This record gives sequence, structure tokens and C-alpha cells, in this order.
Amino acid sequence: MIAIKSEPDRYGVPALILHWLMALLVAALFPLGLYMTSLDYYHPWYQLGPWWHKSFGLLVLVLLVIRMVWRGINMNPRPLSAHRPWEVSLSLFVHRLFYLLLFFTCISGYLISTADGRSIEFFTWFEVPALISGIERQEDVAGDVHFVLAVSIIMLTALHIAGALKHHFIDRDETLKRIFGLVAKEKRRV
Amino acid sequence: MSYKNYLGTIVAGVVLSVSANLHADEYLIDTKGAHAFIQFKISHLGYSWLLGRFNEFGGSFSYDEKNPSASKVVVTINTASIDSNHAERDKHLRGEDFLEVKKYPEAKFVSTSYEEKVDGKGTLKGDFTLRGVTRPIVIDVRQVGAGSDPWGGFRRGFEGTTRIALKDYNIDYDLGPASKELELQLHIEGIRQ
Repeated sequence: MIAIKSEPDRYGVPALILHWLMALLVAALFPLGLYMTSLDYYHPWYQLGPWWHKSFGLLVLVLLVIRMVWRGINMNPRPLSAHRPWEVSLSLFVHRLFYLLLFFTCISGYLISTADGRSIEFFTWFEVPALISGIERQEDVAGDVHFVLAVSIIMLTALHIAGALKHHFIDRDETLKRIFGLVAKEKRRV
Repeated sequence: MSYKNYLGTIVAGVVLSVSANLHADEYLIDTKGAHAFIQFKISHLGYSWLLGRFNEFGGSFSYDEKNPSASKVVVTINTASIDSNHAERDKHLRGEDFLEVKKYPEAKFVSTSYEEKVDGKGTLKGDFTLRGVTRPIVIDVRQVGAGSDPWGGFRRGFEGTTRIALKDYNIDYDLGPASKELELQLHIEGIRQ
């Protein structure tokens, strides 16, 4: 039995899909960003790499907005009762920081490419126009910000994964299983 | 040497140096009114030309119509002001592959000699510093014109071109066999001070 809406002790399917799709995109976009900026001029991916990076980057922004809306109109599963208060507040902090970092990484990336008023292609479907352009050295400042934020996301992801593994292998609770949609009911500790 | 002769020597010296200064006028390059341009032109894949410019620079020159070979020029360029009309490309050009502007914020030209022919064309030699490398370059110069401007000043203008090899200034990024050198186009107007 699958659930659309999230319930107190499990995530609905849309929440699971949003989580894993964004995880996949972040995991692909970071190395792609490093790779595409290191290519020589004659490399076939010199133009293709940034094109995919921008399209998928915009997709992250779209998914982030959907995720916020979905979170807003939906309940979020409550923390497992086995979680200690500091774990609950830390995970809440990490999740909020993720959303902030993802948002501003997308925006700063957008501000690099639109610094001179050019629009960005969203796949081959349509173009996203420049809204803010012409700030002094905008592409350089936005580029530095984009890099620092992207690195921060990767470091936070490492902490996020470390936390998940700790819950699974040390605390032996349902935290990791829940984000795979594997458990319907929380097994409460006696 | 008697006191009188000594005084006479000083007076003569002052008069001579003043008259020398009178002829070698100092000109400030008119960047305030943007009547000066430092442009570059480089081949794109061998199929077309890419043009760009430096928006921020400054400098001055001296010029004596009676003795042009005494002319001197100093120009300083803010390398981060590179503008090829494409923000993403400019970002790349400012980075480590090209100008590395964080480490080398300034490029500079200091003239060492000038030879002018009767037709107003001349050869300006000097040291050009880019990306921390200083090398001698030769600029083909033509004096475009000089005279009073409508607002009470006096202006003099030159144009010049030179070619530099990217590799000479430690820029190793491979833009292709047709793009190993670029042409610098200088359009300079000075206001007499």
C-alpha cells in the first residue's frame, strides 16, 4: 500500500520522489560543475556541459519550490520517538539549511549566466529571462558565491549521510528505512 | 667661477629646461570622457574575429612637436575590466586560464622610445606587463590629429596596433592554432594639461 500524503510515521510517495530526485541531481550537478569548468576549448562537452548543468540546476529550483509547497500543504512525519531532543533539533536545522543552500546555489548560478541580460535555456523547452543583471562584476561575485554554497551543500550532505548511517547501524532505528519508504509503522522502543 | 657667472649659468639652465618643458606638453588620456579605447581582436577558431576591450585604464603621455622622439607614454590597465560582451566568457577570461586578475590586477605599458616619420606614422617601443610578465613590444603608431577642442582645451590623438602572443605572457589555454596571438588596438586621445 502506498501513500500519497505523508503520515505521522511515514513519508508519502511524492515526498520520497522529491527527496531522491533532488539527491540524484545534487550528486550529479556538483561533479558536472567542476568537470565542465575544467574542460579545454575543443572538448565536445565545452558547451554541452554548461547547458545540461543550467537546465538541471533550474530543475532543482523547480523541485525545491514544489517541495516547499508540498511540505506546506502536507504534514511532515514526526521524528521517531527514539530520537533524542538534540538529534531532532539538529536534523531540523540541517534540513532547513539544505533548503536555504539549495535555493541560493540555484539563484547564484542563475545570476552568473544572466549577468549580461542573457536568458537561460530550460532544456529545449523555453528560456528563462534575466531578471537581475548589470551589477558590477556580477558574474564573478555570483560565481564565487555559487562555488562556496555548492561545496557547503556537499559537506552538509556528508553530515546528512553520516547521520542516516548512524541511525541505521548504531542506533538501529527506522530513520534510514523511512526515507526508502520501507516501513509502514514505527517500531517503538519499549 | 665668479658669482655672476654662476648665477648666469643657473638662469640659462632654468630657461633651457623651462623651454624644453614648454614644448614637451603633458597630456592626460581622456578616460573620463571615454575618448580612449583599448581593444583586442583575436581569431575565433580561425573562422571569425572576437573583439573585446578593457573598460578601465588610465595614463598620460608627453609630446613635443619639435622633438617627437622625446615622447613618453605610460598606461595602466585594470585587467578585471575586460569586456567581451558576454558575462560568462568575461568570467572565464578573468580566471586562472587567462588573466588571473585576482593575482594580477594590473597590466601596464611604459614606453622606452618613439620614432616618428614625416607622415605622422611612428614606432613606439616599450615594456608591456601582463599577468606578471614584462616583455618589450613594438607598437605601430599613427597620429590621428591634434588641435583645439570646442570647450577650450587642446587635444591630441593617436592610434596604434601591436600583436602579442598569449604564450609570451604565460597564457597557455589552448584556443586553437589560429588564436595563439591577439591584436591590441589602441585609440588614445589626450587632453593637454
